[in-house]
Amino acid sequence: MSITIATTLDLKGLSCPMPIIKTAKAMKALAPGDLLEAFATDPGSVPDFMAWARATGNPLVESTQDGAVFHFILKKKEI
Amino acid sequence: MGAEIVVIGGGVGGTIVANLVAKQTQGRAHVTIVDATGIHVYQPGFLYVAIGLEQPAALQRPESQLLRHDVSLVIDGATRVDAAAHMVLLESGRRLQYDHLVLATGSRTMMGEVPGGLGAYDFYTLAGAKRLFAALEAFNKGTIVIGVAGIPYKCPPAPVEFAFLLDDYLRARGIRDKTEIKLLSPLNRAFTIEATSKLVQPILAERGIELTGFFNVESVDPVAKTVTSLEGETMGYDLLILVPPHRGQQVIESSRLGDERGWVPVDKNTLKHAQLPDIWAIGDTTSIPISKSGSVAHYEATVAAAEIAAEVKGEAPPAHVYDGKVMCFLETGQGKATTIRFDYDHPPVSPSPARRWHWAKALFNKTYWHTVPQGRLP
Repeated sequence: MSITIATTLDLKGLSCPMPIIKTAKAMKALAPGDLLEAFATDPGSVPDFMAWARATGNPLVESTQDGAVFHFILKKKEI
Repeated sequence: MGAEIVVIGGGVGGTIVANLVAKQTQGRAHVTIVDATGIHVYQPGFLYVAIGLEQPAALQRPESQLLRHDVSLVIDGATRVDAAAHMVLLESGRRLQYDHLVLATGSRTMMGEVPGGLGAYDFYTLAGAKRLFAALEAFNKGTIVIGVAGIPYKCPPAPVEFAFLLDDYLRARGIRDKTEIKLLSPLNRAFTIEATSKLVQPILAERGIELTGFFNVESVDPVAKTVTSLEGETMGYDLLILVPPHRGQQVIESSRLGDERGWVPVDKNTLKHAQLPDIWAIGDTTSIPISKSGSVAHYEATVAAAEIAAEVKGEAPPAHVYDGKVMCFLETGQGKATTIRFDYDHPPVSPSPARRWHWAKALFNKTYWHTVPQGRLP
């Protein structure tokens, strides 16, 4: 099954809390059900993305790591 | 004739660089510092002005009194840097030629970027702190909301610190039981640094300061008295205090020396401009992902000064580079404070809040004028 990503964010090199703030801004522009993909290098972004997804109700569909880069896919919640 | 060194900005970083380069080059360089007002302002005092614990006059001194006699002060605004011509253009039309240039221009606050944001109060300028104090003096009951409307901003612990000081202020006035204090945080904790959050969150709870996480302020409705987050939440208030969005100074943007927010890209250790080897940037001015604070400007200034002095004297670059050192005090109210210390290689540590840290901060604030700008503290 292929998935279509609506927006990709390069958050590499940014430190906490910038990855979450840039993601929150980008998510606002998406339509319900759209997927957002983000790449970050701040290790703190892993718990922060999980907590942000839980708190805002936008599901964290994927959270993986490739070397020093963390990869996240968030889904914009249905209204 | 010696090398011409020009420093733009007479804040803490610029003043230290100017004094140290003049001292270390021993007459082999001529140092000029350009400042739009000629008044040196001690910004860490703003939050005390906002609760009436400090007088605005105590936070300002003529820059000329803080400079060595062999540093030239030019009171004029810098409008543009012509890096190709090694020239700084000033508002008066005057031009300054340089061999080495230091950008110590700091940041500016942009509350107007927040829709409805001008209806909020802040303690990020002296005028803002005075206006906030007047509003607090007229305040008798209701909900005070403290939030963050843009990152990065100066002095990361300031919102938490202000919440504690505000709690003290309202208790002293006998109206704490008629007031709710709500602290909005960009993350799910009080502060970006986990260790410090763990230390201050129980104290926030103890003082009855309500913490709301993942509330990144997006807009304000000053008529309905509500503030809305990027996350879609709306909260009512009677008095709103926001940390305004920050950006680099106009001269950086006009000279195309920075990124889209006007922060200058520099090497995180040498503080040299990423593309222009005869330009340094220090303090708030840079895009280094580290705290925008006086301590960072101070530590970076000593590194930049030593590098410039070595170049002037034809010596090898100094071995000591900027290691990401940050040191902040954080008032936790009721006469106590803690500190936050870290660098690029060591995670932040904060001791338990104690009276001695509060007194250390008070002592530092008082002795600042005779120690820091002159470069007397390492």
